[in-house]
Amino acid sequence: MNAQAQFAIEATGLVKSFGETRAVDGVDLAVRRGSVYGVLGPNGAGKTTTVRMLATLLRPDAGSARVLGHDIVDDADAVRGLVSLTGQLASVDEDLTGRENLILLGRLLGLRRAAAKSRAAELLEAFGIADAAGRLVKHYSGGMRRRLDIAASIVVTPELMFLDEPTTGLDPRSRNQVWDIVRALVEGGTTILLCTQYLDEADQLADGIAVIDRGKVIAEGTPAQLKASVGSGALHVRLLEPDQRAEAERVLTEELGAVHLEPDPAALSASCADADRAAEAVAALARSGVAIANFSLGQPSLDEVFLALTGHPAEEQVPEDEIATEEQAA
Amino acid sequence: MSATPTSRPVSAPAAEAALRKALASTPRPPRASALSAALTFGWRGMLKVKHVPEQLLDVTITPVMFVLMFTYLFGGAIAGSTGEYLDYILPGVLVMSVLFTTVYSGVALNTDVTKGVVDRFRSLPTWRPAPLVGALLGDSVRYLVAGTVITVLGLALGFRPGAGALGVVAAMALVIVFAFSLSWVFTTLGLLMRAPNAVMNAGFMGIFPLTFLSNVFVEPTTLPGPLEAFVNVNPISILTDASRGLMEGNAAGTDVAIVLATAAALTAVFAPLTTHLYRTRS
Repeated sequence: MNAQAQFAIEATGLVKSFGETRAVDGVDLAVRRGSVYGVLGPNGAGKTTTVRMLATLLRPDAGSARVLGHDIVDDADAVRGLVSLTGQLASVDEDLTGRENLILLGRLLGLRRAAAKSRAAELLEAFGIADAAGRLVKHYSGGMRRRLDIAASIVVTPELMFLDEPTTGLDPRSRNQVWDIVRALVEGGTTILLCTQYLDEADQLADGIAVIDRGKVIAEGTPAQLKASVGSGALHVRLLEPDQRAEAERVLTEELGAVHLEPDPAALSASCADADRAAEAVAALARSGVAIANFSLGQPSLDEVFLALTGHPAEEQVPEDEIATEEQAA
Repeated sequence: MSATPTSRPVSAPAAEAALRKALASTPRPPRASALSAALTFGWRGMLKVKHVPEQLLDVTITPVMFVLMFTYLFGGAIAGSTGEYLDYILPGVLVMSVLFTTVYSGVALNTDVTKGVVDRFRSLPTWRPAPLVGALLGDSVRYLVAGTVITVLGLALGFRPGAGALGVVAAMALVIVFAFSLSWVFTTLGLLMRAPNAVMNAGFMGIFPLTFLSNVFVEPTTLPGPLEAFVNVNPISILTDASRGLMEGNAAGTDVAIVLATAAALTAVFAPLTTHLYRTRS
């Protein structure tokens, strides 16, 4: 299998500046066909700008990329024929109904009138928005809108889909619905580039992850590799009695090592990757007479990943021009 | 109490099957032709009018007010009688109401940009100027509505054009051709400015004085010298003269030619400019 057939995206040294700010500062990516690839990073890290270049909406200042074998600058039109965008990257029309949006896109993609109509009906039904098909999109709930957004991107099945923060701001139920749709799409053979701020989401969906910070890829690997390099997660414990925290701290230090006291006087946490060890630690706490209100074993948050990889937290460093771009894209 | 959500929501088998079917790869149709894409965008423009017909009020109420106010308040003073003034002002207000409508082309495009719909359209494999050309096609419906409202109002108030229905249609056609070219100016503005309101304000700041400093409401001969000179070369004056002429059946060929040449020049400059800004937008 040659490289062209193997990779959906091959980018080398992509650079994009807005004024003085280097929003993207030499990004390399290699995404295999048929996989879900996560691009993880905080707001303003350069995720959106990178994807906008790959989707031919922005011209890179330097570097080059091939998407599905086509150069994103010289052969932009061929790229457009094979990819689709969602989320902040490309919105639906709020002043039309859900059905009209899908028919509009079907017609623009070359479907005949009847085919566009029946495809719209099929998607509305499958995505659970048939009841709201005739309502203006501006009256949709967040979850419905997100599903319509994805439906709009698959009116004609794309070979590569750019999925931008598909679950940001959604309740857990809507989030799971979106994740199910993504998994079904991948089963159908679509390659997905997923931009997200949640390690959890990348972990659930992606086969590979690139962590982006300040316009550069700072780490790359499978979700498992990434979590391992970060040093896993943490056991979070909340006590019934804040008075017992000193005792709890002593026990947890003995069991797990480094203990972190939370701002909440009844809460503390200790880094721990392994569920068995966490269970033992909790049992030890109970044996020593510490009353536990609740506990959980959490995955490292994006903050922890960033702290481990960069030494600085994932603060929102949004260059001004990027804000303008993102606002326009939103 | 694991924090990792491993359970997946239970979907009904029927819903699951519908989802699989919808997601199953569909054969990619041949690309839409340039014409078909533009017409589809025109359809989109008309859907918006259908959903929010109130937006037509903006562009029709103002001219109606102008006709009524100017005719009955100032008509007697300006032209000696309200009837005579109506004959003078009506073709002018027709020009005004249609040209005011062109600002909305820029506002609509800017709204698409700020809401991100433009990026979806730009990511499609369609003829690139299709959204722009299509939107202008859709706008022609508004021009027609604005023009028709004024004409009907005029007829109801006693306006009787000498050249009859044919003259009115010819005048309306000329005004709409000019409006098409002018709306490219506002689409350019729509891509340069940051918010729809800013486009609206800037647009009217330009079109409002230009319309008043023309012969729409008063004979230029009554004005001070320098102002008269300006009014006489204002393309809106020439367009108004041409429409009056067409409605009365005594249009000067040079007026019509100048209007068409101006329209061609505006389009030649601003259509490529709009298209360029649209393609290279970051």
